[in-house]
Parts: sequence; C-alpha cells; structure tokens
Amino acid sequence: MSQTTADAVRTALPMAPAKNDAGIDYELFLDCVHCGLCTSACPTYVELGDENDSPRGRIYLMRAVTDGRIELDESVQKHLDLCLDCRACESACPSGVQYGKLIEPFRIHMEKTGTKPDNLSWLQKFLLYRFTPYAGRMRLALAPARFAQWTGLDTLMRKLGMYHLMPKSLRQMHEMLPPLKAHYGTMPDVWPAEGKRRARVALFTGCAADAFFPETNLATALVLQKNGCDVWIPRKQGCCGALHYHAALDQPAKDFARANCETFFPDGGEIDAIIVNAAGCGAMLKDYGHLFHGAPEEEVAAKFAHKVKDISEFLMEIGPIKPTHPLKLKAAYHDACHLCHGQQIRKQPRQLLEMIPELQLVPLNESEICCGAAGSYNLTQPEMAERLGERKAKNVLDTGADAVLSGNVGCLIQLGRYLREKKPELLIAHPIDALWASYSGDRL
Amino acid sequence: MTVAADSLAERMRSIVGAGNVLSSPSDLLVYECDGFTIEKNKPDVVVFPNSTADIVAIVKACGELGVPFVPRGAGTSLAGGCLPVGGGVMIALTRMKRILEVNYRDRYAVIEPGVVNLWLTNHLKPQGFHFAPDPSSQGACTIGGNIATNSGGPHTLKYGVTVNHVLGVELVLPDGQVVRSGGPTEDNPGYDLTGVIVGSEGTFGVAAKAWVRITRNPEAYRTLLGVFETVDDATNTISDIIGAGIIPGALEMLDSLILEAVEAAFHFGFPLDAGAVLIMEVDGLDAGLDQDAERIVEIARKNKAREVRKANTEAERLLLWKSRKQAFGAVGRLAPSYCTQDGVVPRTKLPEVLRAIQRIGAKYNLRIANVFHAGDGNIHPILLFDERDAEQVKRVLAASNEILDECIRLGGSVTGEHGIGVEKIDFMPKLFAPEDLAMMMRLRSAFNPDDRCSPHKMLPTAGACIERSHAGRHAAM
Repeated sequence: MSQTTADAVRTALPMAPAKNDAGIDYELFLDCVHCGLCTSACPTYVELGDENDSPRGRIYLMRAVTDGRIELDESVQKHLDLCLDCRACESACPSGVQYGKLIEPFRIHMEKTGTKPDNLSWLQKFLLYRFTPYAGRMRLALAPARFAQWTGLDTLMRKLGMYHLMPKSLRQMHEMLPPLKAHYGTMPDVWPAEGKRRARVALFTGCAADAFFPETNLATALVLQKNGCDVWIPRKQGCCGALHYHAALDQPAKDFARANCETFFPDGGEIDAIIVNAAGCGAMLKDYGHLFHGAPEEEVAAKFAHKVKDISEFLMEIGPIKPTHPLKLKAAYHDACHLCHGQQIRKQPRQLLEMIPELQLVPLNESEICCGAAGSYNLTQPEMAERLGERKAKNVLDTGADAVLSGNVGCLIQLGRYLREKKPELLIAHPIDALWASYSGDRL
Repeated sequence: MTVAADSLAERMRSIVGAGNVLSSPSDLLVYECDGFTIEKNKPDVVVFPNSTADIVAIVKACGELGVPFVPRGAGTSLAGGCLPVGGGVMIALTRMKRILEVNYRDRYAVIEPGVVNLWLTNHLKPQGFHFAPDPSSQGACTIGGNIATNSGGPHTLKYGVTVNHVLGVELVLPDGQVVRSGGPTEDNPGYDLTGVIVGSEGTFGVAAKAWVRITRNPEAYRTLLGVFETVDDATNTISDIIGAGIIPGALEMLDSLILEAVEAAFHFGFPLDAGAVLIMEVDGLDAGLDQDAERIVEIARKNKAREVRKANTEAERLLLWKSRKQAFGAVGRLAPSYCTQDGVVPRTKLPEVLRAIQRIGAKYNLRIANVFHAGDGNIHPILLFDERDAEQVKRVLAASNEILDECIRLGGSVTGEHGIGVEKIDFMPKLFAPEDLAMMMRLRSAFNPDDRCSPHKMLPTAGACIERSHAGRHAAM
C-alpha cells in the first residue's frame, strides 16, 4: 500500500466456516455490531487511546486473522497479549458479546501454534505454575520472606540495596509481596454452625491466596459459622486452574478442575453452596461447565459451577447477621474485575460494608477499571501493569480514605504495591476481614 | 496527487514521535471503519496529536504533501463520519483527553476533544452538575465527536442538543491557522461561528479545545410508564402532552417488538401484549412536579391508556432507563443483525410515519422494531435481518430508503442525530434545493478551500460520490 486511494473501497462481509483453527465459534464474532461502546470501559484503551488496544479492535483483529485478511504477526499478538482479560467490555456491551470466549481460545491457539512471544523467564514460570497453585509449597516458599519481614531483615536488605543482587525476574516477584501474617496452621475439617443451622457449605480456600492472606480464609470460615453455616473445608482441594487457563495452558487447568469436582462433589448435592472469597477463583469455578463444553465431564462440572457463590453474594442471599462493633473508618471499595465483570457482583460487598457501624463508604472514581494485577499480568506486561497500578493508586488517594477494600488476592497485592509507600497508614484488606473485625471486635 | 505512505509516516513521526504514529497494515486495519461498517477504507497513517501545536504541524504537513486528512474521536459514528474516504492521514484525538478547567460559578468547562462525554459528567457529579447532551453512546463517544455531529439524546427535548451547550471552540483550520470562536462568556458579537462549526461533521477543520456549558442536576424526577393498546394512542398522547405546555425531560416510545427484547434482557415487567409503552419523565424543582405528573396521567388516560405506572424508587427509575438506553443491544436477541435508522418527522406526523414503517416492513417481509425519542419526532426504526444473507441485506437497504423517503415526504429529514457522513449523502439533493447546497458548499470553502479536510463527507461533491452505485444505509450493523 503506497498510494492514497481515490475512493472508498467496499469490502464484502466475509463468510467464514463455522469452525476454524482457533476453535472459536464464528457466531461469537457476529455478536459484535461494531458500535464501540466497549472502548472506554477497556483499561488499555483508556490508557493508550489506540483502537488496536480496545475490545472492538481486538475482536476485529481476531476475526481478520480468522478470515485470512491479515497474518498473525508480532504486532497483532502484542495487542492481544496486552488484553488484561478483565471483561470490563462484557459489562459495557449492550449486544452481549462474550469476549472471554473469543480471546481465551484464541490465546490458546497462539500458544499452540508457537507464535506467542515468551514474556516470562523460566524461573518465573517455574514459580508461577509449579509453586503458586499449591498452597503448601507456596507457604514453604514464602517462609523465608516472612522471616525476613518479621525480623526486620527485609527492610535492612531493601535499604542496603541487597535485593538488586537477585535475578531481575525474582526481584519483580519479590517486590509484589504484601506484609505476610502468620498462618493459622490447620483448620478443622468441619466447623459447626453457631446457633440454628441455616445452611451447609463447603469453603474453597484456594492456593496462593491462602499463603499470602491466610487471615482472610480464617475470617471467611468464622463469618460463615457466625451466620449459622456448617462449614466443611475439604482437605484435598487444589488450585482452581485460573492461573494456567489465562496463560493459555488449558490441560493443567482442566486437571485441576477435574480434581476439584471430585473433591467437592463426591456424592453430589449434599452441600448448599461452595463458598469462595477470591474473585479470580470464583469466576473460574463458575466457568467449569464452559471449560468442559462438549466433553463427558460437562454435566458434573456444570453442576459444580452452579453451587459456587462468592462469600458476599451468599451472605446477602441468606441475610447476614448484623455486625455490632464499630469500625471508625472512611473506606473505599475497589471492584475486582472478576467480581464486577466476571460475576456481576457489585452491590453485595458494598451492602455488607455499609452494615458495619461507623464505617463510611466513599465513592471511588473508576472503581471498575482494572488495577493492573490481572493474574500474572504484572509479570508478563509490567509496563501497562504499572501504569494501571499508578492510576488506581491516584484514584484511591483522591478519596482521602483510610482503608481500601477489595475482594481479590491479586488486587490486594497490587494495591499494596502502589500504595504502601505513598500512604503507609492506609489499611488494605478484604471486605470479609472488615466484617469479621466488626463481628469480633478484633482490630482490622 | 499521491505521496508514498512510507514517507508520509516518516514525516508524521518527525512531528509527534514514533510512539504516536501507526503505519503497519495490521495496525491500520481497525481504523478502516467506525460504527458504520458497510463501507471501509484504511487510512495511510494514523497520528495521535497531544496538543494544538501538534495538530497544526500535522495539517500543515498534509498541506505541503497534498494529502487529505480526517479527524476521529472514539469511532462510534453510525453514518461513517470517520471513514477516511480518500485515504491519507487520520488524526486520532483520543490522546487529547484532558479536562483543562471547570468553573462551577460561571458554569462552564474547558475540555480537549478526546474527553469521553460521560467522563465529564462523572467528573462533575460530586458537585451536582452534568453535561446535558446524553446520546446513547455517551459512555464511549467523545465530546469532539458530539461537536462534529451536534449530538442529541433522550434529554434533548427539554435541554437542547450539543450546539446549545457549546460556548466556544478552538479550531485548527486545514491550512494550520488556529481560530477561536466564542469562549467562556455568553452572547459574543459578530457571526455565530460556533453555531456553524458545531454539526459540520469535521469538514471545517479539527477542534482542539472547547468551552462547554455545565448544567445543574435537577432536584427531582417523576418517571411514568404509560401502557397503550395501540401505537396511535401512544403517539397521540405525546402530541397532547406537548400541546398542554408540559416540557418533559424525556419522552420515549417503545413498541411491542422492542418490548419483547427488552423484557427478555432486563425483566422489568413490561406488558408483552401492549401495543406500545411510553416512558415519560418530568424533572426540575420538586414543588410542582406532582401536578405535572398528574396532568400527564390524565392525558394518557384520555388517550385510552390501559394503565400508567410510576417508578417508585430510584432503583426502579434506573432500571427503566437502562432498559431504554440498552434497547438496541437487546435487539441482538431477536436477530443476528440489525440496522438502526435515524429519521425525523414533525411530531404530529408520528402516527402516519409509523403506519408507513409497518407497511414497508410487510412489503419487504422484514421485522421492524421501534424505539425512539418521541418527544421531538426523532424515530429509530430497527430493521432485523441476517447479514450473511445477501438477499436480506438488499431488502433492508431498499426498506431503509423508503422509510427515509417517507420522512422527507412528511416534511421531516433523514437524520436526527447520527449525521449525514457518507451513509446518507445521496439524500442531500432530495432534502435541499441546488441553491441551498451551493450556499453550504461556499461556507465549507471558506473554512476548507482545498477540500482536504474530511473530503467527500456530508455534501455530495463532483467526482467523488456520484458514481457510487448506492450509499450503504446500515447504521449499527
């Protein structure tokens, strides 16, 4: 293309076969009417203003590759890789485009055809896929870091610049670490309901979440118990598989999903709900049916998915007991993408927080714009993750709040990373931590 | 006159830096169309200016090289307003998105063109103000684009369209001169240049800055839902409400087909056997609103309304509005593709044009749903079809043509708010006498003498659009 053309060229609408290399149902492309209402909901578009980095643009690119209009070259992949998979576009779309069902298979396709550039070092991959998904291994791996934080060695090493001796890939991961609290050890298998039993639930404790924020799992179990639930914590449960699935590793993701279905559903239907307190895990667990679409496991997986409830969603359904101890806080609530966009849960966590005496909930501008954590995104796309982290930090600071609350591990880590130094006294916690503090009178 | 795209890109990089220029074929592809997808053409280069000075340098370079250019905001035009018909340089204003000043006491804001409409309203919300033009795309469209198309919205009826809310514009002319019309104060002497710039669809130059009016939020609302057996009863109610001297904040009609889609999507509890419903909202000072609402109920009853419901809570009101604003998307549940038309008729002709639409739908064997800004006679018939069936596409085009012709026949026009763009250019000679068009052309030439800025838009020009077999007419495919 070297010359300006004299007149607009009419391009016929392509008619592609129903199935294609990437295994995407072509009808899903046709749901997009190209109205562009998604664009300003997309964090990468809001930052860059480039249509190629908007949901509409990415769908256009994927469709153009599928139709053979363009090559899947490095530039196209760069735009697709920059997607956070936050699903803000799905909330914004009036036509019901299922963007996740386009981008995820497409990424798996890019991975399989070996055209996807490698953004992670071998060490990061090893830690991310071999350690993070296993709660026990993760606790062990974090033990030295916790020791260092507890003894003050961490601060000393930071001041002396000792961490610069670490390989860069490891340093990136270390910088993300939140202050680590002591692990609760082992919880009993079954916690009996306090008072009259209202429900029997299973608690999904997750993998990395349990190592980073053990106190939140403990608080969740206690809150459920307080609200009249028998809480069962299956010993053999494992990672939900999201970390792998979003990194286009669908086989390991399916293995985790199968194992969880077996663990939680040995005889099927005895429990009223499977409770999860991490947005990312919740969205993945609720998607198990789709994960096995057309496979023999689909029926069981869909049944499993149907039982999954976010803790805030579940509490608002059964009607929570009123907390009594005041928490004198001005608090901002950040919507985790996988809660607000992935599960359409916005009201419930806010309603829980508003029940806490003396807690004042203040509006947070752009609360639904991703903070840049997005699973392993802050490792694969550090530059954009940082821009979004700083953007979120500024919005939080503008509220003047004493606390920022969010229902997802990744967000809490990211918020801490960009806010800890700017406002050391700011409390960063899960809404359930706040709720338990108000039930128990303990400090948040 | 042609220029190698490579050297054009090189020149642009020297002005704004490599990070603000797109020139690879795959990067340019997504810029080949906006919300109007029937016609496509890639620009040769996309440039992202960051300041007025950048825009000046870009258009000067285009002048030296003799290349056309076209400004683009969010690309939500439903009429091909951002289509780079002659290729050339696309000036994407999405990185000029700062709110430069807000003055609550003098009630204006100064913004760059890439600010998204709703961002400004969100910014003003804590102080109880908003930017009044509220097109359905307000969550994504830019104020620069609103200025280009003189956008409307549901609240246009009471609050006016974009031109009523723009106090001044800083415009970069195609030769690189920067002119300023208006400013923060009202009632400037001289010709009302702001008035002609707003709605010029990017054919006069590139807006680099604007002074816009900000509006205090109404103290209270009363939102009513009228249920009618027939479309005629509903449209008669509209005329009677306006006739009684009540100016509602919004007055929207949904017919039975659209109700089916909206009910499936939002479960508001719309009656599915009704012929049409009206959403009627009055706003303003709390005192007096109840009387207005009662008069509206009375008028609706007189026109055989089956029932009139009132939104009792803010949540109910918001759900009602969500149902209305997202109605287009909900239509996706009825058919794989749809085409939203945009026409205007005098309010009293609404029953007639709706009957014509029904007749045209039957003639071409198409399902047509209606949801529109009834208060100002701005209709939006939605034609349902399947884009993969070429024969259906043809029928949709023919039916759209007939509907728009009918609007002209009834004394109306072919666009209320989407603009002419490239989509409706063939209708201009039907709407205007040759003398009127020539006058418009002379005005355009005063700003844009070489026609390098947004060529072949809005006005039919010799040699460009005349040979085209037809203008596509699918908005929002």
